[in-house]
Amino acid sequence: MTEVLPQFKIVTPDCVEAAIAALAGAPDARACAGGTDIVVALRKGLSETGTLVDLTGIAALRETATGADGGMVIGAGVTLAAIERMPEIGERYPAIARAAAAVAGPTHREVATLGGNLCLDTRCVYYNQSHWWRKSNDFCLKYRGDTCHVAPQGNRCRAAFSGDMAPALMAHGAEIEIAGPDGTRRLPLAEFYHEDGAAHLALNPGEIVVAAHLPPAGGVSDYAKIRVRGAIDFPLAGVAVATEPGSAGTTFRIAVTGTNSKPLLVDFPDALTGESNADAFFAAMQKAVQKAVSPQRTTTIAPHYRRLSVSALTARVARGLVGLAA
Amino acid sequence: MKRVVSLTVNGREVEDIIPDNLLLIDYLRERRGLTGTKQGCDGGECGACTVLVNGRPRLSCVTLAASCAGAEVETVEAQAHGGRLSALQRAFHENLGAQCGFCTPGMIMTAEALLRDEPDPDEDRIREALGGNLCRCTGYVKIIRSVRAAAEELKA
Ligand SMILES: Cc1cc2nc3c(=O)[nH]c(=O)nc-3n(C[C@H](O)[C@H](O)[C@H](O)COP(=O)(O)OP(=O)(O)OC[C@H]3O[C@@H](n4cnc5c(N)ncnc54)[C@H](O)[C@@H]3O)c2cc1C
Ligand code: SF4
Ligand code: FES
Ligand code: FES
Repeated sequence: MTEVLPQFKIVTPDCVEAAIAALAGAPDARACAGGTDIVVALRKGLSETGTLVDLTGIAALRETATGADGGMVIGAGVTLAAIERMPEIGERYPAIARAAAAVAGPTHREVATLGGNLCLDTRCVYYNQSHWWRKSNDFCLKYRGDTCHVAPQGNRCRAAFSGDMAPALMAHGAEIEIAGPDGTRRLPLAEFYHEDGAAHLALNPGEIVVAAHLPPAGGVSDYAKIRVRGAIDFPLAGVAVATEPGSAGTTFRIAVTGTNSKPLLVDFPDALTGESNADAFFAAMQKAVQKAVSPQRTTTIAPHYRRLSVSALTARVARGLVGLAA
Repeated sequence: MKRVVSLTVNGREVEDIIPDNLLLIDYLRERRGLTGTKQGCDGGECGACTVLVNGRPRLSCVTLAASCAGAEVETVEAQAHGGRLSALQRAFHENLGAQCGFCTPGMIMTAEALLRDEPDPDEDRIREALGGNLCRCTGYVKIIRSVRAAAEELKA
């Protein structure tokens, strides 16, 4: 009998508390939701575990609800296929529906979850390879090796966060709800991530993501990504933009993925008004994105190209939102 | 760890002792002898291993067999009945939707799920639904034509 995966046992908690107990009880326990990232990682020897905690039996994680503030709460176990098809999300938070539809292929999205997407491992051409490939390269700093092949002088991993959902949620001002042995906590999604490819999540042992909380949407939004293959591929870079109409004009919340070890909120406070020179405004926006991102040699596509294209893509998406031609 | 798992495979109820770390594709191919399902990549990239779990398409190479307890699993072997090819199989055969044939079981099972859901999909919908299934031979045109032909036959 072929043994493709290492030995582990599966536990199937039916409530959040039991999942936390299972994760906190074994230091090498790992959560598994749709499995489209973690099972691949186990196959390739990128992760080891003695206990796989299957979260799919927890009904509470699969719920969506209207938030107390009139916004929306999406459970961590809701599948991307469901998010993509939910009319309420498509109407109120279009960037989120668009991002969900842009993740992997349709068969992945049948099982892939929001929580798994937010907790997706960072990616790098020297890392997402088979065991023998990495071994022949003496592994790398992120896992089992001591040198980073992307930035050999540096002492941290530059692998890129490559999830599509995080920027869409960040552009809509989402908070993430986390449950663990010490209770539950909520933080702005941007604070859930660190700029460190080997430890990019602010998740303590025994903690799981329970839900994302979205405030009511003020304006319109969209998500776009560049990738090598149109049908199924991680973003070389992706950007979500949401408008915020106000008395002093329209402001834009911009969040980018695929360029850094964490998804980034780009600081661009300028407001677009009737008096603005639109071309100058969007050129400034493009500059702000170029300055904020720092793509590294973690994909087969040159960092400079990714920097230029994600900034151009931002301006294109933002112009589209206010009805201007790209 | 191992566990006793009951599930339905191609309409037959089975009970098996399944190790926790066994993948669905290896269970189907090696335990059940259902070698129609193909492994085309080293995990989650190609769609060749697509089977149906409770009627929805699923990549069996990234699915743990133990997680299918109580589920209904269907493979390409469930397509033909009494020696007669299914509409999809016949359409792939007649429209040259299969060349080397390696991607075909995954294509057919993904298309099967689509047609059950939407009996009359247009070309764009077919392209979208098959977006996760790679083919190195046909250039896809004949595959899309095959799915359309099957839809036509099922309509008639
Ligand atoms: C060919 C291919 C293409 C892909 N393309 C894309 C793409 O374009 N964009 C993209 O974003 N992703 C892509 N992915 C990655 C993956 O399919 C998605 O990110 C998916 O959403 C992961 O969700 P999951 O439920 O399957 O996660 P899992 O694999 O179950 O889990 C992923 C990680 O999250 C952790 N986790 C899961 N749920 C929780 C929780 N509730 N709390 C805490 N930790 C949790 C797991 O421990 C694991 O570390 C691709 C994968 C493949 C194989
Ligand atoms: S950035 Fe460096 S340390 Fe990180 S995965 Fe790539 S090669 Fe390894
Ligand atoms: S074998 Fe499952 S996706 Fe390639
Ligand atoms: S027919 Fe050969 S891979 Fe599709």
